[in-house]
Amino acid sequence: MAAEKAEMDALKKECDGLRAQIEAARKAVNDGSMSAAASGVASVGRVQLKLRKTLKGHLAKIYAMHWSADSRQMVSASQDGKLLIWDCFTGNKLVAVPLKSAWVMSVAFAPSGNLVASGGLDNICTVYNIKAASPKTLRELDAHTGYLSCCRFLSDTEILTASGDTTCCLWDLETGKQKVIFTNHIGDCMSLALSPDMNTFISGACDSLAKLWDLREGACKQTFSGHTSDINAISFFQSGNAIITGSDDCQCKMYDLRSDQEVICYQDASLNAGVTSLALSSSGRLIFAGYDDFNCHIWDSLKGEKVGVLSGHDNRVSCTGVPDDGMGVCTGSWDSFLKLWN
Amino acid sequence: MTINTLAKGGCHREQMACFRKMEKVIVAMQDPDMGMKMRNQRLLITVIPHAMTGHDIIAWLTHKYRISEEESLHLGNMLVKYGYIYPLKEPRCLVLRPDESPYRFQTPYFWTSTRWPASELDYAIYLAKKNIRKQGELMEYEKERYSLLHKRINHTWDFVVMQAREQLRASKQRRKADRIVLECQEQAYWLINRPPPGVNNVLDTGLERPNNFSCRVTLNSDYYKREIEACRKALGRNRVKSSICLEGFLKYSEQYLNHDPIMQGCLPSNPWISDDTAHWTMNAEIVPVPTRLRVERWSFSFMELLNDAMGRREFMTYLEKEFSAENLYFWQACEDIRHGESSKIVEKVEDIYKNFLAPGAARWVNIDSKTMDKTLEGIKRPHRFVMDDAQMHIYFLMKKRDNDPKCSKITLA
Repeated sequence: MAAEKAEMDALKKECDGLRAQIEAARKAVNDGSMSAAASGVASVGRVQLKLRKTLKGHLAKIYAMHWSADSRQMVSASQDGKLLIWDCFTGNKLVAVPLKSAWVMSVAFAPSGNLVASGGLDNICTVYNIKAASPKTLRELDAHTGYLSCCRFLSDTEILTASGDTTCCLWDLETGKQKVIFTNHIGDCMSLALSPDMNTFISGACDSLAKLWDLREGACKQTFSGHTSDINAISFFQSGNAIITGSDDCQCKMYDLRSDQEVICYQDASLNAGVTSLALSSSGRLIFAGYDDFNCHIWDSLKGEKVGVLSGHDNRVSCTGVPDDGMGVCTGSWDSFLKLWN
Repeated sequence: MTINTLAKGGCHREQMACFRKMEKVIVAMQDPDMGMKMRNQRLLITVIPHAMTGHDIIAWLTHKYRISEEESLHLGNMLVKYGYIYPLKEPRCLVLRPDESPYRFQTPYFWTSTRWPASELDYAIYLAKKNIRKQGELMEYEKERYSLLHKRINHTWDFVVMQAREQLRASKQRRKADRIVLECQEQAYWLINRPPPGVNNVLDTGLERPNNFSCRVTLNSDYYKREIEACRKALGRNRVKSSICLEGFLKYSEQYLNHDPIMQGCLPSNPWISDDTAHWTMNAEIVPVPTRLRVERWSFSFMELLNDAMGRREFMTYLEKEFSAENLYFWQACEDIRHGESSKIVEKVEDIYKNFLAPGAARWVNIDSKTMDKTLEGIKRPHRFVMDDAQMHIYFLMKKRDNDPKCSKITLA
């Protein structure tokens, strides 16, 4: 018993030593701060976006939404047990997909527009074909031992899932089997995002770490720490060289992948609510972050200042999304409404 | 008054910041000088003071905050939904009616923020009181919850019943009017904190996440050995200077500023605002003439050019003139393998070999011998990423050509 404990302590010490060395290596390349670099950039001023549409139709809390690649359709998931596919231009509901389990937590649109996927407390990621006469269940991906917190399609044949069982998984939709299981987190995985070049993806978890994974090797390449609570939302900066995270510790952070460290923290003393979701405008200059305080706050990603707010929801903002063409931003809330702003 | 929870990591996270704001409004409404006008409510023979009509509430909010009636109705509804004002006529219908329906302020003792979270014990006492006071007064769902609680906190059940009896006895000694008011207040509090089934629970704060990591993953010596291995690999990683990286972000934002509709608007108009789909039509995947902004994006990076169907077409035309179009065909075929169906991989890899790699192939691509050897070896066991090295080589070859001024002249013409 004592020998085992001694071995563990030695290993822990070695691990801590290596982590300290990594920190030192990061400090060594840190020769400039974002605020210094961005000091010459013009301020964006006050960003005031108007509410253009309110999409009503769900009967309970909205937990997730995802834009289609055509920037016009969007799918939303609510705990009333339905997925709704909207045409955001006209505001019409195009398809309603009834769910077997009402406890949905995540939804995704395939880039082709043919499939949507959803999952939640049932631990299963269900993929539906929405181009059929009536939505048909294509696959039920059932292997996670924890709730499904996030899913994203790579194509019509592959999908990535993040789960409360601390793993992320790449599935083959043709066989319905797991291809790669990504294990390294020690807390529930809450969100994931695919890189623009589709070679890597990032995940945020309840262990307050964000990790970058290589899809080909199936391994964790980089780990980013700094948050002090669950990371609920994560996204790539469009250039693919940085990631933005949002956490229950009321802060958002940007981490640079090439210098392997945090570059800026988005926090405000008056903001005392956790971040639930985030999305970036197409140039990456604006970050739309949904908070527990019923608002979506807008940050200037380079200067680190709060530049605006989207108010109008009667309950927590649970999901945020900017379409590929960057026309505006959509916020979904526990008050059962989706709002489109620009 | 508000609710602060100690989140993991020791930072105070405010739950329901709306309470703080609503309480300010409520206090203003009860101001003796500038607050609401109260009336008496007549309930058969009992008169209950300090009631107000829905119409008065809306009028006061409109006047005080200088907002539209629609917004006052919305704000008033929120005050009712969160229990700061409760309806007297139909207590279960938590909606603000802009008419003569009577409402009353909830006493601060029963503000949700004061007693958060509502305790099971208190709920049990409340249901016990209702049950004792009038047999059969409990609704179906209340009866179910009552028996559930009886099972769950059975060990303190004597205390529950005793408290219920004591509170009933104390209330009998009050004036009838006060007793009715207290019952209404208590009922309103529980309608919000323990809503009937089917009613939206406004106080929901979501899933409880496990606080203890090691209940999912055991931090044993195996775990640390793996961590050490990962750390060693990470240590050897090449890190770029911060200043260079930050420059990159600034440059990217600047370059794409004009292409960001939220920041700069878009031509001819943003369809969301103007309801005109002209922008989408002009920027469809294949159009006769690409917009100026679109062509400008091709010059930002080679990937932008390749990712755009029309950009690829333009580039292909240029390559054909230079007799090196096979490169782009090869690259496209490799992309198809990477993102396409797993079942077709073997077939596609064979096709690529036949058309691009085999000696004497129709569209033979010029790859260096080392990469060629590695690829040919990999083809024996084809998988999704088997062409990656060759594809990367050809990509950089094409990129060099793209940088050739002759090429940009053609694409931007």
